[in-house]
Amino acid sequence: MKRTEKKKPLPGGSEWSFESIERYHTEIARVAAQYGLDTYPVQIEVITAEQMMDAYASVGMPVNYHHWSFGKQFLATEKGYRRGQMGLAYEIVINSNPCIAYLMEENTLPMQGLVIAHAAYGHNSFFKGNYMFRTWTNADAIIDYLIFARNYIAHCEQRYGEEEVELLLDSCHALMNLGVDRYKRPPKLSLAKEKLRQQEREEYLQTQVNDLWRTLPAHDTHSSAAVERRFPDEPEENLLYFIEKNAPLLEPWQREIVRIVRKIAQYFFPQRQTQVMNEGWATYWHYTLLNTLYDEGLLADSFMLEFLQSHTNVVYQPPYNTRWYNGINPYALGFAMWQDIRRICESPTEEDRRWFPEVAGSDWRETFDFAMKNFKDESFVAQYLSPKVMRDFRMFAVLDDDREDKLKVSAIHDDSGFRRVREVLSEHYNLGSREPNIQVWNVDLRGDRSLTLRLQEYRRRPLGDSTEEVMKHIARLWGFTVRLEAVDEDGDVDLIHETRLEKRRNGER
Amino acid sequence: MRIIDRRFDSKNKSAVNRQRFMRRFKQQIRRAVSDAIQGRSIRDLNNGEKISIPTRDLSEPHFQHGRGGEWEQVFPGNDQFSGGDLINRPMGGGAGGSGGGKASNEGEGEDDFVFQLSREEFLDVFFDDLALPNLVRTQLARITDYKTQRAGFTSDGVPANINIVRSMRGALGRRLAVGSPYNSRLRELHKELEALLKEQGEDSDEVRALREEMGKLRAKIERIPFIDSFDLRYNNRIKVPRPTTQAVMFCVMDVSGSMDEEKKATAKRFFMLLYLFLNRSYEHIEVVFIRHHTVAKEVDEDEFFHSRESGGTVVSSALNLMRDVIHQRYTGGEWNIYGAQASDGDNWDNDSPICREVLSEAILPWCQYFAYIEITPGEPQNLWREYEKLQGAHTNFALQRIEEPADIYPVFRELFKKNLA
Repeated sequence: MKRTEKKKPLPGGSEWSFESIERYHTEIARVAAQYGLDTYPVQIEVITAEQMMDAYASVGMPVNYHHWSFGKQFLATEKGYRRGQMGLAYEIVINSNPCIAYLMEENTLPMQGLVIAHAAYGHNSFFKGNYMFRTWTNADAIIDYLIFARNYIAHCEQRYGEEEVELLLDSCHALMNLGVDRYKRPPKLSLAKEKLRQQEREEYLQTQVNDLWRTLPAHDTHSSAAVERRFPDEPEENLLYFIEKNAPLLEPWQREIVRIVRKIAQYFFPQRQTQVMNEGWATYWHYTLLNTLYDEGLLADSFMLEFLQSHTNVVYQPPYNTRWYNGINPYALGFAMWQDIRRICESPTEEDRRWFPEVAGSDWRETFDFAMKNFKDESFVAQYLSPKVMRDFRMFAVLDDDREDKLKVSAIHDDSGFRRVREVLSEHYNLGSREPNIQVWNVDLRGDRSLTLRLQEYRRRPLGDSTEEVMKHIARLWGFTVRLEAVDEDGDVDLIHETRLEKRRNGER
Repeated sequence: MRIIDRRFDSKNKSAVNRQRFMRRFKQQIRRAVSDAIQGRSIRDLNNGEKISIPTRDLSEPHFQHGRGGEWEQVFPGNDQFSGGDLINRPMGGGAGGSGGGKASNEGEGEDDFVFQLSREEFLDVFFDDLALPNLVRTQLARITDYKTQRAGFTSDGVPANINIVRSMRGALGRRLAVGSPYNSRLRELHKELEALLKEQGEDSDEVRALREEMGKLRAKIERIPFIDSFDLRYNNRIKVPRPTTQAVMFCVMDVSGSMDEEKKATAKRFFMLLYLFLNRSYEHIEVVFIRHHTVAKEVDEDEFFHSRESGGTVVSSALNLMRDVIHQRYTGGEWNIYGAQASDGDNWDNDSPICREVLSEAILPWCQYFAYIEITPGEPQNLWREYEKLQGAHTNFALQRIEEPADIYPVFRELFKKNLA
């Protein structure tokens, strides 16, 4: 497009049409390309509010297997929408290739433009670039995999009964957060391979499990040495994986379902770890792209007013002492940090030069790309949270130690406190400490086949009330007694929970 | 870029999940429906219900950190603190204390989980309690059939419905109305012409001019359309509910001291079921509530279920009152009369034979159906024994001893069978 040519402004008003969406998209895509955003192809789907609620209910995916918990989610969403509590469904975007962005029919034209910029270009480029997503998810195959999962589970329901499958899914869902590989890189998912391998796997797995049952005399020769040997040799962090591979009593189809839940948990794992970065990134880009279009004279003032109103709502951070304070708003923090990085690149202060010698004065697009690609929330905050942002948010850290009578303000937004505040905030986004660290420690191979888990205590934090319930679920999957031991920071081990279960299949003693 | 319009894709993707949810929490939903029935009028069966379930019953457990240990968190909006300050622990785990709660992804707090049951779902649970057979269920839950009926005329419709007489009458009226100024002018001119003809004879300019003007007027009248689209009238047909008959339902209940709340709740279901049945078959239903201890009284629904009385029991007083009401208000064959009586069976000994007599002589002959339930876990009482004698002689009488709602349906079995056939 020639720059000399005066461009026709984009359609105004609040009614949208397919043509106007198309035109908005063309312009947004053009500006995004100018800024060098690298994205998957975009697929925009127009849906109704009800469909949006459907999608929300099944964790944002266009297809999913059936489970009551999604029904509950739907009812909750529906209630919220009826009451008008949530400005529902600002956007849903699916990390797939092509990237699917949902536009809700009821939205006004400016909202549609905002969603296109936010989801179809902001999130989309993040999905494509960030290392977490590149490593852990496979955008090409996720939809196919979900279809496979839904069909497989529906098939199991027909064959083994809905109740049976539901109980199994309940148990798996309880362990979903512990069903991810945090450090090991997973193999790629692919529908074709998945189907092909599934049967082989069933048979193979069943034979492998029998390791637990092996009573061949060959082992007896060095049993004295084997008594000390633990199984697994190394603690296993992925509980669902361990159960899938080793639970003695599961049927092959049950193992496959455990696997499905595990794969889906793994797919969402990066999202849980990049909320601040990802939402901040998308917010930064919708803000920048739309402002650029406005500067080019393509957007009407009325458009900007409506857009800015929703934008400011999204990035509002209520202070800690208001009634509607609900933790640090990831949109607000993320947006502030990305804006701040650009500021440090373009007009660094003396302080910035001290704190970020490499960033200050660099090309902001390159710095952005580097930061977007190589970090997750925890490391992003640790690396890029600047004193200015801490000052702007007036952040302070509070230490709550149950041995002390009072809470202590451990650091505030001053020179002596910046590092501490940043450290604490970064730790807050570390899933490893936010969620209890529980790993498989041992299986009593030669005794009662009981499973022992170990909780690595973090700053003496105990487990919550739901522990007993979760333990029952684990026992159901494992089929035998399950114990939970806690290891405190001095290395002392305590048995904190035990769910006894003696289950024998028919025909066995 | 592709834009796909998915608005017309299949809806209700989550319907299955919703069903699963309902099935899973059947117990809680049942309890909630049961509570709701207490609070409802027996005539109010066409709405869904708001159900609330304690959130903790619905929770999906995960391993989470509980309170205790060390928590260090960052908060925004510092307005008063400097490093090293000590703060009192906020009550109820406000800002400082509750790191654990923050992890939950449903910011619903501890309120009950509230959602809306549709009418169908509500009735389903209601019927479940009553152990209704499926055929009956579908029959009952059905909303009344409609038939179409003439209701005057409308100005638009399909050509097949054009009412020719009405349309032509309209056209005629319009032609008269539109043509009337011309006609009256024409009459005036006619008079003038006659006068002129007398004075001046045929051959004058004025006469010719007049004749010309009259010609024009006639042409104008001619040009008024014979029929125009807004003359068209169509036969109007509207839908009206099919059942056009009326019924009266008598609810007779013992409210003596021995009828406790639980028994009343069971009785209420019994009345509701009868009402639902009648609602299907009759367009207009009146309900008469009669309660009694030693004397009977006609009351409104609220008082019927909720006010407490104590004292002895004379059942015949209620039956006599029912008889009187029938004779005063519901005679003449225009009313289908249904009776439903609930009691714990406790009656003054000498009264029971009187009851039987009143029922047999003065009530059953007028009734379509009379059902009696005795809500008691123990031995049958004297009233039951007297009523049993009636059973052979009257096909429109049913009685049943029940302990819980599921026993109610058999009372109506005959009734439903008759109407479903």
